[in-house]
Amino acid sequence: MLNLHALSKSFGALNVLSNLDLSVPQGEVLGIIGPNGAGKTTLFNLIAGVQTPSSGEILFEGKDLSRTKVWDRCRLGIARTYQVPKPFTNMSVFENVLAAGLHGGGQKMRDAAERAEEVLETVELAHRKNTPAGDLSLLDLKRLELAKALGSNPRMLLLDEIAGGLTDAECDSLLQIIGGVRDRGTTIVWIEHVIHALRRLADRIAVLHGGNIIVSGSPDEVLQNAHVKQVYLGVEG
Amino acid sequence: MTGVWVNQIVQGILLGGLYAMFALGLSLSAGVMRFINIAHGDLIVLVCFLVLTLTTSLGLSPLVAAAITLPVVFAGGYLLQRLLLQRVLGQHVLPVILVTFGLSIIIQNALQGTYGADTRKVQGGVIEYATIHVAGEINVGVLPLVIFVSAILMVWLLDRLLYRTRIGARIRAVSDDVAAANLIGLPSPHIFALAMGFVGVTIAISAGFMSVWTNFDPTSGPSRLLIAFEAVVLGGLGSLWGTLIGGIILGVAQAVGGQFDAAWQVLAGHIVFLIIFALRPQGLFPRY
Repeated sequence: MLNLHALSKSFGALNVLSNLDLSVPQGEVLGIIGPNGAGKTTLFNLIAGVQTPSSGEILFEGKDLSRTKVWDRCRLGIARTYQVPKPFTNMSVFENVLAAGLHGGGQKMRDAAERAEEVLETVELAHRKNTPAGDLSLLDLKRLELAKALGSNPRMLLLDEIAGGLTDAECDSLLQIIGGVRDRGTTIVWIEHVIHALRRLADRIAVLHGGNIIVSGSPDEVLQNAHVKQVYLGVEG
Repeated sequence: MTGVWVNQIVQGILLGGLYAMFALGLSLSAGVMRFINIAHGDLIVLVCFLVLTLTTSLGLSPLVAAAITLPVVFAGGYLLQRLLLQRVLGQHVLPVILVTFGLSIIIQNALQGTYGADTRKVQGGVIEYATIHVAGEINVGVLPLVIFVSAILMVWLLDRLLYRTRIGARIRAVSDDVAAANLIGLPSPHIFALAMGFVGVTIAISAGFMSVWTNFDPTSGPSRLLIAFEAVVLGGLGSLWGTLIGGIILGVAQAVGGQFDAAWQVLAGHIVFLIIFALRPQGLFPRY
């Protein structure tokens, strides 16, 4: 579904990503871990179109996205959440999700409204649909961030540290929601530091370090890898 | 004697309608796109000269001339945003100020080169002199009354546009968070350009009225910008109804100040602005 070939991104002399190759098949949940500064968020910015690569190509369902703007990538079926939620604070929860369906999903008003109701039920936020988004708690903001992404009915979801900052109970609640999204066949690429969350849902984990993927495999395989323990978990061999 | 003062306050309220019109476009660009367009007043004056040319060269009535400018200035606003201002937005606060300041200088010099430095005015006919006697010493000019009612109508329509229409929801989303709006499929450059087109419409309407009510020359823009800026700040950033109130406060302050001494007219407006700004820097009805 998603293929990255020799993807590089530099900021001046700083090479954040260099010659990165990655393939994500349809329906997979791919976890991406790595130390701070490894280039994880930059990778998402390139896939979503927020930043342009210095070189390399991004293929989504076989289509080269080099010249595709961020809003058009959303319409193609790529949705992304931010680590720090970005709600439209002067709109209600329902309007936030409706906007995603109308514009990103290209749906008609009635369809977008139905979709918004459905998504808010899925993320357990329906009871707060008329609340101004600026009044939500962190967990509800994360739910809304997810709901906005799902509102456009994406085929691929990019989750950026969505479990960060949550209590165990809150994280558990969010994982059930994400599991439901996965079960409906949505491909998920998920940056996360909360390892137990990835261990529970990811089919595969890729470790990003120094601008490239150093290890990729099943969660158990990757988390037992000596090199990963050293560079990411800070544990010797 | 009381009647004279009441009359001045009424005249001030009506003048506030024109000031609010000047300020509506600035309120939109400051509240939605989060920048101050230093050339805002010069764009109003530019359209005044456009109306003047249409009325004198083609013999059109000011109303028809102003109506012609509406789509032209909408398109001009769209292109200005898309081709120039969008390129410098979001980098830092300074580039857009420098670019619009440069635009202001270019417009003023281009107008001086084309029309000379003379003061001009568009002849509006009988509406300029028609008055309604209300009571005692209170008389209301028909043109100021039309302008005031139009200002209220413009605020109401813009408010409806922003909060009751799909394009308004798009504009508010992009205004709230450009990156998040782009991610849900909203092309921010196009949406901002549309918003600037609507700013252009407010410029065209206020210029049409201003060209008939007052004199103007190529260097009149900065004083219009100052009034618009004060009305926006008084009303509170992003509040269209607040901008109307801000314009009225300035108009009343000027009219009352002018009653004491003609030299105090403009100064009184600035002093009232400074006092309210010192007491309530966020403005009277801030939305952001």
